[in-house]
Amino acid sequence: MASWWKYGVIVLLLIAAALVPQGLPTFWISIATEVLIYGLLAMSVNFLGGYGGLVSLGHAGLFGISAYTVGYLVTRMGVNHYVAFLAGVLLTLAVGAIFGGVAIRATGIYFLMITYAEGMVVWGLAYRWAKVTGAENGIRGITRPELFTKGWQYYYVVLVIFVLTIYLMWRVLNSSFGLTLRGIRECEPRMAALGYNVQVHKFLGYMWSAFFAGIAGGLYAYYNRFVSPSTVQLSVSSESVLMMVLGGVGTFFGPLLGSLIIIVGRNMISLYTARWPIIMGTIFVLTVLLAPKGIIGTLSAWWEQRKKVSAGVVEIVEASARKEVGAEGEVRVGTESQS
Amino acid sequence: MSPTFISMQVLNGITFASLLFLLASGFTFIFGLMRIMNLAHGGFYLLGGYIGITVLVATGNFWLAILSAALGVAIFGVLIERFLLRFVRGKVLPEVLLTVGLSFIIADGCLAIFGGNPRTLPPPKFLAGTVEIGPVTYPWFRLFVVLMAVLIAIALWLLQERTRLGAIVRAGVDDAEMVAALGINIKQIFTMVFFLGAALAGLSGVAGSAVLALYPGVDAEILTYGLVVVIIGGLGSLPGAIVGSLFVGLVDTFGKALFPEISYFTVFAPMAIMLAVRPRGLFGRE
Repeated sequence: MASWWKYGVIVLLLIAAALVPQGLPTFWISIATEVLIYGLLAMSVNFLGGYGGLVSLGHAGLFGISAYTVGYLVTRMGVNHYVAFLAGVLLTLAVGAIFGGVAIRATGIYFLMITYAEGMVVWGLAYRWAKVTGAENGIRGITRPELFTKGWQYYYVVLVIFVLTIYLMWRVLNSSFGLTLRGIRECEPRMAALGYNVQVHKFLGYMWSAFFAGIAGGLYAYYNRFVSPSTVQLSVSSESVLMMVLGGVGTFFGPLLGSLIIIVGRNMISLYTARWPIIMGTIFVLTVLLAPKGIIGTLSAWWEQRKKVSAGVVEIVEASARKEVGAEGEVRVGTESQS
Repeated sequence: MSPTFISMQVLNGITFASLLFLLASGFTFIFGLMRIMNLAHGGFYLLGGYIGITVLVATGNFWLAILSAALGVAIFGVLIERFLLRFVRGKVLPEVLLTVGLSFIIADGCLAIFGGNPRTLPPPKFLAGTVEIGPVTYPWFRLFVVLMAVLIAIALWLLQERTRLGAIVRAGVDDAEMVAALGINIKQIFTMVFFLGAALAGLSGVAGSAVLALYPGVDAEILTYGLVVVIIGGLGSLPGAIVGSLFVGLVDTFGKALFPEISYFTVFAPMAIMLAVRPRGLFGRE
């Protein structure tokens, strides 16, 4: 019974997403495109952090490698758009293999620290390797494929690739590989004792995540038509982690909801003040302190609690119908539902 | 490579290493006892630098500038520890994310107050000149930074090994609950450690604002070096911070002089090798 309305919500969301360019002005189409791209990046962080227990603070680096590759190949080499996109994702996977291989040597907090440093390495290259990256000036004038030059046309490209990618992500997460990854998050020694090769699973988890981040980066290069060191800076990594935490770590659509809130919030607030980083930092602190499970996590916990309580109420009613309730109405069910 | 070039780069490398040591020792000290990875440490550095410059410009007193930067950042750090970090004590991810959020608030706050132009701390008169060391002419102030780092390293070692507080901290690293059960107020010790670590970050900010420039974004750059130092040296270890800083300082200085376009990469490669061979770092514990 639980699943049909979930599918209904997804279909409604898809219809709403497909209708975005019909009713909204260009400005909002552009924001909607950004929500999807950064949402995908945040979901790639969540794939590794929420389901694998390895939170990365360096995904802007992976995102940026793909974006820079697309920019470089299209503007300097005149490479075909589809080949450039593919090359961007492939190079992200190649660098991801090195970064991931290094980072999975560590766990938890150390993993976070290493990925932070890796993200900064990419930023350092973007900033100083002028011959390739154009340093501070970045790479300008990235063109879009012929059929998709207008904002609303490109929005549909992003939407289709986004939907296909997260469908793949969903399938991976619910495959035996995805379940093993979750097992490792819950209890690594147990999975190792059961005979799973923990390191290989972590590495493959990292590679999947890099793959998703690479797709987001390629989409970004065509969306923005300009890449610069600010594309790969630390705040992009942090924002994607914030989107994940805000929406709910380990919830499938949480990071997308986080992206919606953060991207719309940033674009709105930037109209009035340049102090967005302070506001972002404050959201970070408040989320961690007040809603560590994030929006979807908190809501679903509340929903579960409600279901439990109402199940408890049903049992009380049934018990009283069987006249099993004590004189003061004490029922064991009541205490159980509190715990 | 001429001998002048080499000796110049060695001196620059040692100066940078001293700066990194001041930063990394505070970071690793906090981590050692509290297991908090303080990603706002770069922000503390930035704040210390700006406080130092502001006080120096206002009063002209160099020592007052150093003192107020260290003390100001330390008090700021204690406020954060008392009123924010304490609520997520022991939860690894929330602690880190909290400090990430804070680092943005600090950096953007500094940008709002002090503007985006790079600032440097003018060296005080008695340290303004240069000195001839063999073939190179070297600024006194940079040597002063090295001296400061050496003195701090000795003081930290004495504090850890020869004082009651140090003994409590070492015991707390092993088993904080047991220390608390022995009737020691471990929360107070946590606050003191955070005070000291933040003070060191403030101090490194003052030194850094004279050696390098201070600008928005330098907090993330310098923290990256600090992280590489502690990854190579081993988290929570004072000797690790010393050796790691020297290594990173020298390698990065030579790397920047020889291959200016791929900076960071020259320190990233040794870090990657270290993680492959010995994930806990040179002096880290399991």
